[in-house]
Amino acid sequence: MSAVSPSPHAALGLTDAEFDRICELLGRQPNTFELAVYSLLWSEHCAYKHSRLLLRRFPTSGERVLQGPGENAGVIDVGDGLAVALKVESHNHPSAVEPFQGAATGVGGILRDIFAMGARPVAILDSLRFGELDSGHQRHLFSSVVEGVGHYGNCVGVANLGGEVYFEPGYEANCLVNAMCVGVLPAERLTSARAAGEGNLLVLYGARTGRDGIGGASVLASQGFDEGSAAKRPSVQIGDPFMGKKLIECTLELLERGLLASLQDLGAAGLASSTSEMASSGGVGLDVDLSQVPLREQGMEPFEIMISESQERMAAIVEPDQLDAVLETCSRWQVDATPIGTVTGTGSLRAFHDGELVGDIPVDTLVDGAPRYQVERQRPARLADRPLNAAPARQNAEVVLRLLGSANLGSRRWIYRQYDQLVGSGTAVRPGGDAGVIRLTPSDRAVAISLDGNGRPSARRPATLPAPAQRPQR
Amino acid sequence: MTRVGVVTFPGACDDRDAAHALRLIGAEPVSLWHEETDLRGCDAVIVPGGFTFGDHLRPGAIAAHSPVMGAVRAHAEAGGPVLGICNGFQVLTEVGLLPGVLRPNAGLRFRCQDAELIVEQPTPWLPGLGAGSRLTIPVKHHDGCWFADPATLAELEQHGQILVRYADNPNGSVADVAGVTNRAGNVAALMPHPEHAVESLIGSTDGRILLHGLLDLARKPVAA
Repeated sequence: MSAVSPSPHAALGLTDAEFDRICELLGRQPNTFELAVYSLLWSEHCAYKHSRLLLRRFPTSGERVLQGPGENAGVIDVGDGLAVALKVESHNHPSAVEPFQGAATGVGGILRDIFAMGARPVAILDSLRFGELDSGHQRHLFSSVVEGVGHYGNCVGVANLGGEVYFEPGYEANCLVNAMCVGVLPAERLTSARAAGEGNLLVLYGARTGRDGIGGASVLASQGFDEGSAAKRPSVQIGDPFMGKKLIECTLELLERGLLASLQDLGAAGLASSTSEMASSGGVGLDVDLSQVPLREQGMEPFEIMISESQERMAAIVEPDQLDAVLETCSRWQVDATPIGTVTGTGSLRAFHDGELVGDIPVDTLVDGAPRYQVERQRPARLADRPLNAAPARQNAEVVLRLLGSANLGSRRWIYRQYDQLVGSGTAVRPGGDAGVIRLTPSDRAVAISLDGNGRPSARRPATLPAPAQRPQR
Repeated sequence: MTRVGVVTFPGACDDRDAAHALRLIGAEPVSLWHEETDLRGCDAVIVPGGFTFGDHLRPGAIAAHSPVMGAVRAHAEAGGPVLGICNGFQVLTEVGLLPGVLRPNAGLRFRCQDAELIVEQPTPWLPGLGAGSRLTIPVKHHDGCWFADPATLAELEQHGQILVRYADNPNGSVADVAGVTNRAGNVAALMPHPEHAVESLIGSTDGRILLHGLLDLARKPVAA
């Protein structure tokens, strides 16, 4: 990172207009802690500020849709009292920096989104794009991403049902790593992230919190670090699938016993986004005592605890008389669990550290108050004057040989045989075909799942060739 | 109904599958938690697959020191049948109930595929099968390369302790060994997953033969 900018908000990626808006909403200047929280909650990553207005145009409801966008995953009623939770999410940038851990934590994150809905994860799929394999670096990215996907999925015992991979020069500087997870749940166990019930407790459970994933916000660190040491802080998170596995089993047991009022995973922007989303969807306030958060390293500043992206953590709202049972269950699974906050009627997210109030932010300004931008349409210059289907003139025999030699048409067995395809005893059709098929125990129902992206035509004619997954399914 | 204990350690993955397979063949699975010190009257035990304790230190090394393994050892020493599958094989070698060790696969990559297995000799574990019979049972592991020195291997062969060998070795195991038994014949383990070969919808049903062998042994224990 270059030298610290004179205005902290600019260094954190907020525009001057956005900073002015924050001051207006608060009726004062934000302190450092509050600025860090706003900068993340109002980032493209958390707020989708340039895409949300467009994404709203998708159809999102239907008689079988139990949960549309807005929670950790979508949920569909499949009959017989069963429901299926689905989500796909990219982890491109971390995978470009550290392909093994980037891919592994991509799988870990998508798994948490699924069991946060009350579902047992039963299938993983991965959709990948790299540059052509004639470069050592691209082979390293490809090989390490596959190993990372397998490492996490195999260790947590969730079957890989398929996916896709293509190699094109356009992805050389920007590999794509998308992980999908499918989970199954009894429909009545559908769980929400909505915080409710003044006096209920916020319980953080799972891994300890460290400085990983603090990334750009480390410019705010005020003491004990010079610029050089701040730059060394890891911005890529490290996954621990063993903790991930314990978290799955522990969470499902907590839900089966009806001990959780609501549940949210900690992903991008850590506690900052999970607490504000829980409070926002429930229309309540939350008081969080950051001194109670179990830490992996000493001397963390309050804002670092608030925005850390340490993996394998969950936040639950628990009624006070259920707390002992929750702590006992977590302890049985050797998972740390700590009450760190309380649901309030203030409508504010208030953070305390060592008894001091370190931040006080009206929740509605963080989530619903995030800016939304209308984007102007502009035809990319690269598309001008290029006819579609411009096949180069070549001899047929040469074309056939080139196609046969292309990695894009080769067998994918080298990939999927590194993934456990069978755990869970539901895999009726294994990877390698058009779709994977998984039985939904205990019913006789099954779902067929495929993950597909048609990059080249979509890049050429995005409006007329929607991705197959967006067509109405009948 | 034969009661078969299925041990669950933190990080175990195929414990639910083993219980499912046992139910299918008419046995009663009993879930045993790693901290238990008593097998609660089980006639047989399965130590299932997975990544117990995250494979930290080395696969099976930490699980081998769990309280429940003391009870499993006592059961085995009294002649009771014990079947280890995949990570369970690793645990049983770490405990010292079975010979050899499991090393990382020769290719250093996880391998998941159907494996063809060759039966070494007639054994109560594989009722009805003769030497040279073939079974299709899937493997899925990262550390399945069984190793023993030549003297140990010769001794195992001499005493009929080789259970099955791979027809096409996927992991570099010494002498293509996929599964072994102890000298008394009441403890057996293999890297392939019989519990994932019990329904034609999912794949092969050859795993049922081995699970039936476990139930037979539970009803007629080997003399200790």
